Amino acid sequence: MQIYGTNISSRLLLGTAQYPSPTVLKQAIEACGTEIITVSLRRETADGSGAGFWELLKDSNCKVLPNTAGCHSVQEAVVTAQMARELFGTNWIKLEVIGNSDTLQPDVFGLVEAARLLCADGFKVFPYTTDDIVVGEKLLEAGCELLMPWGAPIGSGQGLRNPDALRAMRAHFPDITMIVDAGIGRPSDATRAMELGMDAVLLNTAVAKAGDPVLMAQAMAQAVEAGRNGYNADPMEPRDMAVPSTPTLGMAELI
Amino acid sequence: MITIAGAGLAGLASAYELAKRGAPVTVFERGQKPGDSSVARFAGGMLAPYCERESAEEDVVRLGGQAADWWSQITPVTRNGTLVVTPPRDHAELTRFARRTSHFEKVNGQAISELEPALAGRFESALYFAQEAHLDPRQALDDLVTAVQSLGVEIRFATSAPAGVDLNCTATAAGLPGLRAVRGEMAILHCPELQLSRVIRLLHPRMPLYLVPRADGLFMIGGTMVESNSDRPPTLRSLTEMMSAAFVIHPAFAEASVVEIGAGLRPAFQDNLPRLTEHDGSLHLNGLYRHGFLLAPAMAQQAAQRLLKETCT
Repeated sequence: MQIYGTNISSRLLLGTAQYPSPTVLKQAIEACGTEIITVSLRRETADGSGAGFWELLKDSNCKVLPNTAGCHSVQEAVVTAQMARELFGTNWIKLEVIGNSDTLQPDVFGLVEAARLLCADGFKVFPYTTDDIVVGEKLLEAGCELLMPWGAPIGSGQGLRNPDALRAMRAHFPDITMIVDAGIGRPSDATRAMELGMDAVLLNTAVAKAGDPVLMAQAMAQAVEAGRNGYNADPMEPRDMAVPSTPTLGMAELI
Repeated sequence: MITIAGAGLAGLASAYELAKRGAPVTVFERGQKPGDSSVARFAGGMLAPYCERESAEEDVVRLGGQAADWWSQITPVTRNGTLVVTPPRDHAELTRFARRTSHFEKVNGQAISELEPALAGRFESALYFAQEAHLDPRQALDDLVTAVQSLGVEIRFATSAPAGVDLNCTATAAGLPGLRAVRGEMAILHCPELQLSRVIRLLHPRMPLYLVPRADGLFMIGGTMVESNSDRPPTLRSLTEMMSAAFVIHPAFAEASVVEIGAGLRPAFQDNLPRLTEHDGSLHLNGLYRHGFLLAPAMAQQAAQRLLKETCT
């Protein structure tokens, strides 16, 4: 899989927040084999005071995808992205513009505007968006080369709340890289997203808040791989009736 | 003579354990008076090993089990347990917390109002950790200073430690490899019309809060964990979130006076567990993270045993 010109073999992107300790985080990264980790640049650490934690992430050999988590306005998101570019030395940015602090729903209007500004400024934008196709089109027009629709609200662990919308989105943008971001709670949710033909899955809380984050990281990697293989293998269509796998004609008659 | 750098929690607890074993001890402290430069000033003072297990290793429960008894020798300890509550819509958080912890009882609204009459009708269910305790960190530090001094320990305030002390307990200033700072923010509220007798923890996916009752109508609130080495005062965002979480616990906090805000840097190793390490010719006790009062006694005992064994041989 190619993401903004970079070859990526793991289709699982992992968030780095909320782990019991940096050691557990590091083990989880290793257990799932992810190649891209997201890092939240909180405004209070934007002065470089979080360096101790970031050094650890740089040691993981993963590509760092900074995010603008918690930004509520276009300007805040743009400034955060610019600071992240300096701090992490990357022009990749996971763009979040939050419209409601309670539901953490994306503000899609602000998102499109921020995406336009950042793409024009040379950023490679990963927009966290809803499953709305029209918003997806506007984001692509703004210069994004991939889309990250939600499965369910951030941190809710509800899985795919509207698989029909995601399926329609996949069909509408057949050639665009699509990553399901947010809402994944269990490995089966990740498998389902991949079976829909999504290119990858991004998750955080499901691993960080599991009782055994390292084991869950491994399970998520297996689930993503199973879903991808299942999609590529072209699964059978479900039927209303049973179809016996043994022939009914020519069977030996038992007397 | 055993020399210790730092009269914070780790340094004083170690001095106490060494002096009790008969060792002569001198403690060097940069600050003018006890606790001046200690992050423990901003602690909650919770002795809550079972609740901490939610996000900590089993070691924290094992090492913290005797903390309440240890502190009772030195300072008043309130043994009223911890009540863990959540708003109805975040009930999944309570289920998750219960799955990760032990030594609690699930209690309903009726039982909550019997434990804490002021919370009657506010929460439908809670987890009650009856065996947990809390203390007042600043009084505990003062009492610990008195206790070590009465055991003959000399504390030299406003004095930098000489190079190569036997035990270095200087927290984030120690500059140990792999040690980082985790910032915490807190506030002290004065709310005399509200009576609570135990620690209340409010679970919330984004703004978890602990509320620790202290004497004279004071309450300490805290709960932020920021990967940062900045010790500037608390941010408005953190304060806003903590204050609104306190308001969720009880609306009487709307009229509380904010008598203090503060931020401190907790020293932590990468597994968030404390340890004794050799570095630059000194033994270091460091990495108490958010478990200073809980784990200092057990770690101080280990430090004392190690130092005395070494000086005997």
